[in-house]
Amino acid sequence: MNRQHTPPKTAAQRSHTSRRWLTWRITFLALSTTLLCGTVVAVLFSGCGEISDVGTQLAQEAGLISAEEAESVKRGAKALEKTWQDLTPEQEYYIGRAVAAQVFQTYKPLDQPEANAYLNLLGQSLAIFSKRPETFGGYHFLLLDSDEVNAFAAPGGLILVTRGMLRCCENEDELAAVLAHEICHVEKKHGLSAIKQGRLTEAFTIIAAESAKQLGDEELASLTREFEGSVSDVVMTLTTSGYSRTQEREADAAAVALLRRAGYPDAAIVTMLQRMGEQLTDAGGLGFAKTHPSAQSRVESVGPLVDKSGPAPDSDRKKRFAAALQPLMASQ
Amino acid sequence: MRTRLIAALLAIAAGMAVATPLSVQVRKAKVRAKPSQLGKVVATVPYGTEVQAGTLQRGWYPVTTKDGKKGWLHKSALSTKRIAMRSGTTDAATGVSSDEVALAGKGFNEQVENKLKSDGKLDYTWVDRMAGFEVDADQIRAFRAQGHLPGGDE
Repeated sequence: MNRQHTPPKTAAQRSHTSRRWLTWRITFLALSTTLLCGTVVAVLFSGCGEISDVGTQLAQEAGLISAEEAESVKRGAKALEKTWQDLTPEQEYYIGRAVAAQVFQTYKPLDQPEANAYLNLLGQSLAIFSKRPETFGGYHFLLLDSDEVNAFAAPGGLILVTRGMLRCCENEDELAAVLAHEICHVEKKHGLSAIKQGRLTEAFTIIAAESAKQLGDEELASLTREFEGSVSDVVMTLTTSGYSRTQEREADAAAVALLRRAGYPDAAIVTMLQRMGEQLTDAGGLGFAKTHPSAQSRVESVGPLVDKSGPAPDSDRKKRFAAALQPLMASQ
Repeated sequence: MRTRLIAALLAIAAGMAVATPLSVQVRKAKVRAKPSQLGKVVATVPYGTEVQAGTLQRGWYPVTTKDGKKGWLHKSALSTKRIAMRSGTTDAATGVSSDEVALAGKGFNEQVENKLKSDGKLDYTWVDRMAGFEVDADQIRAFRAQGHLPGGDE
């Protein structure tokens, strides 16, 4: 009989295995207590959290779990309840920074200080009218040196726009529409919603166990792994799979309202989408076409919301747009 | 006289009822003289600091800082959770449950970012450059005026 020798596990592997095992126990206990809650609450109108705590205490008293495990179960049950909406603005900020850094591995930033300064003036002039004008690190905007028609909103307010996307904009009003759409993705935290729940549960379990001190090596390694996974989920959504149609429509509708509050003609979003539709047909399904609903369907959805009788683009806005960006749009 | 006294007591009671402690949840919150992102900055309040907030009005709280400065903060800059700084910094957590307190710097944090940097997995050079692109209220005001954008001192 050929028995293979299994090498001993490292401390990190043992810790990971033990956490996975504990997560299963937590899931089992949380589901049990949820079922218990459903029944008991109907009768007693009691709080679920209290019953969960009672269930854990009973399990501890029955000798099924140790006091330390009972504490872990309580923390784990709380972690299971948490979603991307429980990420703090500070955590969102660090995720957003890593998302942007990862996007820069594929898309090279455009080192044009004057053009980027104009983009930031325009973007900030819009962001202050957002429903969420304050994020942990604030809104910042940057051009990408890519002919692909695309724009990305990293969580927390780092917004990236390709040179190809600039070519879809005939004037400042239309670029404002692009930025407004991206700002609204940040406002609604659509990027964070792309993170898989399993990663968050693992991360919140580690976070719950963390005391008011620096993370130990093992915790740091585990948390970094979940962090990298979360960042990849967001980047994959931004660059490959795209947000849901509902989220895109939400961002378009919110962008119309934002443009209006900021004083820009909201119909610019329609003319921009129409031009983008033409460019994307020429480009053959790259960038935005891959990650967004068709420009035509977005026009149909957002069209009824805009005021088509609004004023023509202002000549001074057209001039400064051309001065800042047209040289970039012409060069390859 | 009696009516005035009752009115004064009611006003004091109302004032006490609406003053709620809220925590700054952004890195640096600018307290404005009026409820507008273009309003004059009367104070700057760092992350985790508690302010006393009045009744929310169209997305803005009237606030009083610890040193008595009064102004306005947008609701997106504030959290109802107390934000406890790590030990050794101001406002360190004391005697409150984790449901009531968000510990600043917990979870996905600078330590995690530094690990990714030291492992050579991500380059943050451009992220830091981008984060340095700042625009102040005067520049926005001038930009909006030059572009003939109507209204908007929100």
